[in-house]
Amino acid sequence: MARVVVDPIPRIEGHLRIEVEVENGKVKDAWSTGTLFRGLEIILQGRDPRDAHLLTQRSCGVCTLVHSLASVRAVEDALKIKIPPNARLVRNLTHAAQNMHDHPVHFYQLCALDWVDVVSALSADPAKTADLSAAVSGRPQTKKYYEGLKGKLKAFVDSGQLGPFANAYWGHPAYKLPPEANLMAVGHYLDNLRQQVHAAQMTAIWGAKNPHLQGHLPGGVTVVEQLNADRISQYLFMLKEQIAFLEEVYIPDVLAVASFYKDWTKIGGNKNFLAYGDFPQSDVEPDSFYFPRGAIFDGQLKALPVDVSKITEDVTRAWYEPGQPLHPSVGETKPLSGDALKGAVPDTKSKDGKYSWMKAPRYDGKVMEVGPLAQCLVSYVGGNKEIKETTDLVLKKLEVGPEALFSTIGRIGARAIKCLVNAKAAEKWTTELIENIKKGDTRTFTSYKLDETVNGQGFGLNDVARGSLGHWINIEKGKIKNYQQVVPSTWNLGPSDAKNQKSAVENALIGTPVADPKKPLEILRTVHSFDPCIACAVHVIDPQTNEIYKFRVS
Amino acid sequence: MDQFVDFNERLAAKGVSRREFMKFCGLMATVLGLPMTFAPKIAEAVATKRPTVVWMHFAECTGCTESFIRTTHPWTADIVLDIIDLAYHETIMAAAGDQAEEILEKTVKEQKGKYICICEGAIPTKDNGVYGKIHGKTFLEIANHVVKNAAATICVGACACDGGVQAAKPNPTAAKSVAEVTGVKTINIAGCPPNADNMVATIVHYLLLGKLPALDEQGRPLFAYGYLIHDNCPRRGHFENKEFVKEFGDAGAAKGWCLYEVGCAGPETYNNCPIIKWNQGTNWPIEAGHPCIGCSEKGFWDNASPFYVQK
Repeated sequence: MARVVVDPIPRIEGHLRIEVEVENGKVKDAWSTGTLFRGLEIILQGRDPRDAHLLTQRSCGVCTLVHSLASVRAVEDALKIKIPPNARLVRNLTHAAQNMHDHPVHFYQLCALDWVDVVSALSADPAKTADLSAAVSGRPQTKKYYEGLKGKLKAFVDSGQLGPFANAYWGHPAYKLPPEANLMAVGHYLDNLRQQVHAAQMTAIWGAKNPHLQGHLPGGVTVVEQLNADRISQYLFMLKEQIAFLEEVYIPDVLAVASFYKDWTKIGGNKNFLAYGDFPQSDVEPDSFYFPRGAIFDGQLKALPVDVSKITEDVTRAWYEPGQPLHPSVGETKPLSGDALKGAVPDTKSKDGKYSWMKAPRYDGKVMEVGPLAQCLVSYVGGNKEIKETTDLVLKKLEVGPEALFSTIGRIGARAIKCLVNAKAAEKWTTELIENIKKGDTRTFTSYKLDETVNGQGFGLNDVARGSLGHWINIEKGKIKNYQQVVPSTWNLGPSDAKNQKSAVENALIGTPVADPKKPLEILRTVHSFDPCIACAVHVIDPQTNEIYKFRVS
Repeated sequence: MDQFVDFNERLAAKGVSRREFMKFCGLMATVLGLPMTFAPKIAEAVATKRPTVVWMHFAECTGCTESFIRTTHPWTADIVLDIIDLAYHETIMAAAGDQAEEILEKTVKEQKGKYICICEGAIPTKDNGVYGKIHGKTFLEIANHVVKNAAATICVGACACDGGVQAAKPNPTAAKSVAEVTGVKTINIAGCPPNADNMVATIVHYLLLGKLPALDEQGRPLFAYGYLIHDNCPRRGHFENKEFVKEFGDAGAAKGWCLYEVGCAGPETYNNCPIIKWNQGTNWPIEAGHPCIGCSEKGFWDNASPFYVQK
């Protein structure tokens, strides 16, 4: 039996350590550890509730914007504010553009190198690569282009300064793509670096800047005179460019990778899924969500309604004093500190069984996977026609059934499908925005009172790039009394719980083949398929006070 | 100059014309506030030197890395493949675990005093820094090791420069800046996050002159942080005419009036946002009707908040 520790896990946001036990060439057990704590909730206490979205947005600069969205919705829920239709549409369009940035960046920059062998690309035949790109890509390149790309790659390798490509697992037997497919992928890896700049630009059209947008606030959005034909057409034409990239490059590349790694449609899956749903199409929530809310159990293709009161967090395996699993609205936080933290090493054999800064969220006591796969599955069975059609098309091309979605490759594929469907829906919302403005409705903000007489509790749920995100706020005398974030990566990458139920990533890793424990490439594949984003997962506990957080779901 | 000729060949091989390259150098000269005659010198500097860079992530959100990759002159790929040797950067590097750690150790040992260290994130110091670890070592240990052996250290973003968001009151982990923890004088590219153009320009300045650019008392490069937002704000005329937005979404907001009364920190904030704007000049906060939150100023999370109330 071999113990394998991968620390740091690169190509993610944040600081993550994965430990696995390998027996007979397969993972027998796994532990996921968040190795950083920041403490943002404590910092929020006593502040102006309107500032929370700026502060929580700094939870993560990769999935920037999404904590701002969850936060303004939580404050609006607490203060009973209904935002104008233009504000809802601008938020949807900006959030959709954020996904167009986030999902392709994940595929090309963060996960592709687990499947694409850059060194193998050096032996590709440029003419054959051109033929391959003509056959599978919607944006074929010429032999001359691939000669140039190969030459550039060769010059880079010959320089001896390999930069970010140094010391990787090149040549590992688990790499299956032919040299030509690898060379084509290297080209798209570079293309994505350009595409993502434009997607980020789209978020800045009404969000001022990216990362860390400054265009939302409780009550609506700040743009007024910028809701003009010039800005709308800029968004629309950039959107068309993005959709073309998704259709011509991203989706075909995901299909190409999936077709060479079909064995990975049987590896790395889970059975329970939770999606909060998102993209409100009226002020009726969650009923008007474009991507519906729902939960899936035991791998059944059936979505059940979500009861928000069934969400709890367990701290048995995190660096807290023991306590019962509680709903975030009445959550208790009694963390270890000082001397007790001397044992805070991510040693899975530690005496107290604690090994992470992350809590373990559960739904109805069960482990749930969240993220684009969960949202895709819930939408697939929950009546989203476009998701159903696109997913069926992808499954048909790969000659596999829906069961293939419950896997590492399924997770990667669902992200691409959701991204494309979301982008196309944004075209519709842009048209709605135009129609609304044509009618003479230019409102972007709803006025409200916030002073020392104001109290309220609320929550904001979003389904964002990495999955189900919830913020809970308690406002007392116009200030934040308590604030809690339950974030996607704690659902997926948290530790196990009192019942020793493993988290989604730990479950998914069990059974994964590992050809060489010294080069655990296969571990990275499944971990990266979740798109871990740890910075926002590591500040949900309070190491200093033993204060009891009390919230009420309104 | 021989190496420069090779560089032109390398550029040609990747489809970048010398004209495009010189355009980048011209842009860099502008951002740095240098006369245009410096453009050829910039070209020579980036062509002849490809120094090793290690980019460390501590307590942070990766927003500064994300901002950095929004650069287009040059594109990120051009920087990584042709201008610097980015040996260590956890967000993009292919190597993992022990293999990643090995690269860092090798760089620190073999290139001691020669590599550039870029730091993103603050260092938690409470309980000996147990709140942040990589490869079993605390950020505190790592920073002291990697920063102290570097030729120069560039801090990107509020967290590395002065502790940032996790150091806001009550600073639960006693997070501190890289300079405070290591005692090393750092160049501080402030902002939450900083603009990509300012990060790139600082690196180019270092390559060009082999020394740090002129800094203010907070360690910020004057070429970027020598300007008050308020002095370059297109809404300044409204401030002088006392035409203020009283509430978001009001008639003044529709006319693009001054945001001072809804909390704008522009009068106290040094940064070049109104001049270079964000995301390829697409927009910037005040143009989008949102007050400046003063994110390039020390301690802004406490000093400039509540953000939507007149200062």
